[in-house]
Amino acid sequence: MKNHVWRPLFVVIVIVIGILVFRAFYVPSDFGVQERGYTFGYHRLSNEQEWKDYPAKHKGNDYCNECHDDKIEELESAQHGIIPCENCHGAAFDHPNDPEKLTIDRSRGLCLRCHAELIMPSSGRNDIPGIDPVEHNKGEECSECHNPHNPSLEDM
Amino acid sequence: MKRRDFLKNTAVFVAGASVSVAALDFIDPKELLAANPELKWGFLVDTYKCVGCGFCVKACKTESDIPFEANVTRTWVERYVIKRDGDVVMDCPKGARDGYTTKLLDENRSGMVEVPDEEIAQAFFVPKLCNHCTTPACVQVCPVGATYQTADGVVLVDWTWCIGCGYCIMGCPYGVRFFHPVERVADKCTFCYHRISKGGNTACAQACPFGARQIGNLKDPNDPVAQAIMTQRVGILRDEYGTKPNVYYIGLNKEVR
Repeated sequence: MKNHVWRPLFVVIVIVIGILVFRAFYVPSDFGVQERGYTFGYHRLSNEQEWKDYPAKHKGNDYCNECHDDKIEELESAQHGIIPCENCHGAAFDHPNDPEKLTIDRSRGLCLRCHAELIMPSSGRNDIPGIDPVEHNKGEECSECHNPHNPSLEDM
Repeated sequence: MKRRDFLKNTAVFVAGASVSVAALDFIDPKELLAANPELKWGFLVDTYKCVGCGFCVKACKTESDIPFEANVTRTWVERYVIKRDGDVVMDCPKGARDGYTTKLLDENRSGMVEVPDEEIAQAFFVPKLCNHCTTPACVQVCPVGATYQTADGVVLVDWTWCIGCGYCIMGCPYGVRFFHPVERVADKCTFCYHRISKGGNTACAQACPFGARQIGNLKDPNDPVAQAIMTQRVGILRDEYGTKPNVYYIGLNKEVR
């Protein structure tokens, strides 16, 4: 073959080898076809463990119960006992170390999530006592009159 | 005490103490189940129980570090109002992260619409999340192998490998994927893989006061979710796409898209 063929061919071969060498260093060794096959399981295997190690922020009522068992007991007998602590008190993160104190959401908007009256036949929303947010003591925080841990109107 | 006796007693004490510590370190059955290869995660949503409080959306945003003000979310709750004349009005303001607190429906460009109470035939909420399909379209289109399905059926995104091309966001028939505003990659619901693989519950299901959301193992015949799917009338979203979703709905209407 002539020189003018060899020269560009040589350049192409060098580029291809260069790419293959770069790829060998750049692509992690655990990258490849995993259990779900080439179409759905082509990935870096160690990423599964990375997702498993993602830090959890919500710890659940059992975690709260370790120290605040008195509050949990008080709440459980009331209608609001079904609401997890962290919905109003905020995610625990590493409480009591970080944050030392949780920020409680006492806003009117939080209560209205369930107690704003909507006409929702074929939904559980219809069974929850609701108010018209425009008519009912507008601008005031619900917790000024209602106790969130014991919302019963008879005990008010 | 003789030196021999002292050594003997120490050895007995250490052996005894180590046995009792090992006995206390019992295995949580849920954790054992999570390590079981006979595992396929599935999700059950009861639309009758959902009241549209949006606590699931709020919990999800905190749990997965999605900026609260950004208009993206891994899970959301839709409101459907079906009128007596058959018209369907639907809204989902900010993914329902603040719940539904008004009768006005947010119809975007058309503004706020109010449906008079007497015109409402049916009205209900539908929580949505990633369906973790058995044959996920979003995984198939990824050009770099950044998104994948685990052996237990969860679809995940490798943030270090994603180039942010957005093919998967377009490929998902359910629109559950979005571009993460901070990480600059494609993001989606992970079924709280970090929680369920340690025997826990998903953040959204844990936050739901009414038990409208449940996660379970579809391969375990004694699992409450698997039993409900086998014995009750459940539906899936967009069956016609052939993606075989693993999120099942109780009380699904044909109006739900």
